Amino acid sequence: MTENEPSQPQTSAPPAVTALSEPSAGVQDPRLVSRRWLLFKASIAVNALVGAALAIPIVRYLFAPWRKDSSYDSWVSLGHIDTFPAGQTRLAVYKDPFSQPLDGLTDNVACYVRRVAADQFQVFAVNCAHLGCPVRWFPQSQLFMCPCHGGVYYADGSRASGPPERGLFTYPWKIVSGELHIFAGQMPTLSNSAKLVNISIGEGKSPCRG
Amino acid sequence: MPRMKPSQRIYAWFEQRLQLEGPIADAAFHPVPRTTASWFYVFGSAAFTLFLLQVVTGILLALVYVPSAGEAWNSLNVLNHQIPLGWYLRALHGWGSNFMVAIVFIHMTQVFLFGAYKYPRELTWTFGVFLLILTLGMAFTGQVLRFDQDAYWGLGIGVSMVSRVPLIGGGLVHILLGGPIIAGATLARFFDLHVFVIPGLLLGFALLHIWMVLKLGVNEWPMPGRLVRRSTYVAEYNRLAHEDGIPFLPGAFWKDLAFSAAIVAAVAVCAYFFGPSGPGGPPDPAIIQTNPKPDFPFLWIFSILAYLPPALETPVILIAPILALLALFAVPFVAGEGEKSWTRRPVAVLAVALIAVAWGEFTQLAGTTPWSPHMEAWSSDPIPVHYLRNATPLVRQGANVFQEKQCRNCHSIGGLGGQRGPALDDVATRMTRDQMRFKVVTGGGNMPAFGKDLSPAEIEALVAYLSTLHPANERPAYTPSRPYTDTGSPAATPPPAASGSTP
Repeated sequence: MTENEPSQPQTSAPPAVTALSEPSAGVQDPRLVSRRWLLFKASIAVNALVGAALAIPIVRYLFAPWRKDSSYDSWVSLGHIDTFPAGQTRLAVYKDPFSQPLDGLTDNVACYVRRVAADQFQVFAVNCAHLGCPVRWFPQSQLFMCPCHGGVYYADGSRASGPPERGLFTYPWKIVSGELHIFAGQMPTLSNSAKLVNISIGEGKSPCRG
Repeated sequence: MPRMKPSQRIYAWFEQRLQLEGPIADAAFHPVPRTTASWFYVFGSAAFTLFLLQVVTGILLALVYVPSAGEAWNSLNVLNHQIPLGWYLRALHGWGSNFMVAIVFIHMTQVFLFGAYKYPRELTWTFGVFLLILTLGMAFTGQVLRFDQDAYWGLGIGVSMVSRVPLIGGGLVHILLGGPIIAGATLARFFDLHVFVIPGLLLGFALLHIWMVLKLGVNEWPMPGRLVRRSTYVAEYNRLAHEDGIPFLPGAFWKDLAFSAAIVAAVAVCAYFFGPSGPGGPPDPAIIQTNPKPDFPFLWIFSILAYLPPALETPVILIAPILALLALFAVPFVAGEGEKSWTRRPVAVLAVALIAVAWGEFTQLAGTTPWSPHMEAWSSDPIPVHYLRNATPLVRQGANVFQEKQCRNCHSIGGLGGQRGPALDDVATRMTRDQMRFKVVTGGGNMPAFGKDLSPAEIEALVAYLSTLHPANERPAYTPSRPYTDTGSPAATPPPAASGSTP
């Protein structure tokens, strides 16, 4: 049985433990062995260096999705403009331009196309400007209603009532050889759409139309 | 060396190498105050038991579940319908989750009311708050793994809240989703969180939490008037534990064991009788005929988000959770000494009561969502027959307009329809025809304006119908000056009589 030396007074395990886990009784005060401590500290430094080097690719991998909005958006076709009767609002579905093979059905993104006149369109996101639930179009009352918290919008996308602070999100659109194209690619939220469009309550004029 | 039985020899062989006997005996037989052998002290161990149940059932579900946006929903249906007892494992995991959230909250309430967070157990409480956050994190990420419509749009709500963070909101959304939209990468990262990251943290914090309970002792039963002081508490506690103490095992521990068994049995029974939750419709964002709702632990948030005034919403979403967490973390540091007994802490009791009542009320409201239009009311809820008895053609036409223009989605009649706007069963007693016309055309408050969408004839018919909606013995509202302005003579047209043609 070893005697507890002054350097390790904290050892309180039973003697059997000490006998098995302590190789010899000749251990000196670790603070005195400066070369070993130096090597120990050097090893820590090497680990920190390797860790920092590894952290760069890991962090970049982790933050890879953090990109500029514009790098996610591109022009997508919604089909021939004749599929959208004038004066009506129709649900259209497009495949997200950023879709990947593992996405299943989730890259089927829906939007509302309102053909105001022969060559005038409004394209709204289905996501409520409040918290993103899918709004439903009621052609009889010419209103969009949200099932989650009761947001309501007029036919031109402007806010009618409920908790939303603004009108529906709109996509920029253009007509290319008879097809309606919209500039889309990411889920519209206040962070990426609020700065594009600012519909004042009750007016519903979109400054970025076309 | 005395002769040993074979079983003893095997035990000794392992013990010589593992050397666990000492620490386990220390933990099991450490003295605790006699009063802690109470049925009020069983919730923490029950929460840990439920966590173990979740780990086991989770591992079993992962045998079949496919964490891919294209296959997750199908694999859940395979579990429900094709794998023998797959439905039961899903039900156990789902009900285990409900019970775990509930027990964690009950445990926290008990600890708070018994003053168990006070010196020297401040850090135990702090880690407990982390455990609460992690438990709720498990509940939310688990709801996402049930990759159906509710999960899809629930994520959408979460993302919309995150997007309100100033400056970095957009980047946070991309990180959360793993891309620009809710898709394959999103499910994969929530799977990662639910299966690796959060359970790992949860286990680590739970073990530290239990370690501290063993080291610092189970909180003694609070006695009114026995104040906690930093200078004397440890000595007082040790006296209680040693002079009026019992060994933790079996004195207190048998109740923990019995309650854990009862809780697991309750989960098993609930799972058997109520079955698994979902999956609901497929996660196809093009299907917008959906009514998304979060799982029960988050229903109260869903309700609060409906009631916040628009201007307050972003500040509340971003600041309230931080304040709430700071308050929870601050509890043991603000009130680390003094009275433990709830009988002498009225503010604590009132705070718990207020939070419980508010939580219950908001959760209950989320069940009926009175703030949302009823999407099918206009085409499915009938107008009570007696509302149209003896009605003129104009009034009948007005009733048509009322249904057809979806007024019913927000306004109920005869108890059916939306509750967003006021019920209209006696609207004619509150508003004159002119006021109704004005309100329909211009809207106001929470009502959209219908002036652009309704023709004058439709408005006329609608108002004719609405003005018949008053009790038979109560006369409709009228403008006293109207007879004068219309004809110049008050006697010519008397105010409308109380006996209408309607109810």
